[in-house]
Amino acid sequence: MIPIEFYLVLSAFMFITGVVGVLTRKNAIIVFMSIELMLNAANLSFVTFSSFLGNNIGQLFVFFVMTVAAAESAVGLAIIIALFRNKLTINIDEINVLKW
Amino acid sequence: MNLADFLFYVFAVITLVSAFFVVTFKNIIYSAFSLLLTFLGVAGIYVLLGADFIAIVQVIVYVGGILILILFGVMLTNKIQNVPIKTEASFIIPASITIGAFGGILVSTFINTRWKSMPAELANSTLTDVGHLLMNEYILIFELLGILLLVALVGAASIARKQ
Repeated sequence: MIPIEFYLVLSAFMFITGVVGVLTRKNAIIVFMSIELMLNAANLSFVTFSSFLGNNIGQLFVFFVMTVAAAESAVGLAIIIALFRNKLTINIDEINVLKW
Repeated sequence: MNLADFLFYVFAVITLVSAFFVVTFKNIIYSAFSLLLTFLGVAGIYVLLGADFIAIVQVIVYVGGILILILFGVMLTNKIQNVPIKTEASFIIPASITIGAFGGILVSTFINTRWKSMPAELANSTLTDVGHLLMNEYILIFELLGILLLVALVGAASIARKQ
């Protein structure tokens, strides 16, 4: 039987990997994928606690998080495509129109 | 070591290695396909945790929906002829300091806390319970999520269309 800490540490390492991606990569789509990684890590923690505490509401919340993640990915990719159409790049260093 | 423990290690290694490749590959297409492996590994771990409904939803929504959207995004935003689809990393040193501090705190909290946990009996399918909760106590949130998805659909189409 795997103890609860193993699942939580796995989720922590997934989250840290996502943070590495957001902080170091310059491509907007890679940043986007790293955000999905972090959402998955949070979901994994939810399901771990739900399973080890015997309470199914945690799984329900994961379902809600997945719905919001789907909406977020649709809108996020639409924004990336609109950015690419206007500036012909998705390098987040060159997208600075809101900076003054 | 029984089979479930062995499968946990297999899925954990798949998840962590492919998550590492997602953020390190220079080619975005390879990153997207590593993300596929990550999502599948997480789905396997959900199965080991007894969350069958969430595992299926993970495969359908993430692998079937979000990953396809990401692949469309990659193909629509890279001029295959002119610009190579390779990208560089930067800010390695400040990022590693931040991540070291944050990750150390997170992992030590997870390890050192004494978590309360039930004696694990291998659960039946959670599908019935989740369905009852979704249709009784959380029906309002369920409906609101439907509206959220509709708004996101209209908003995405309106943002991405040609002016």
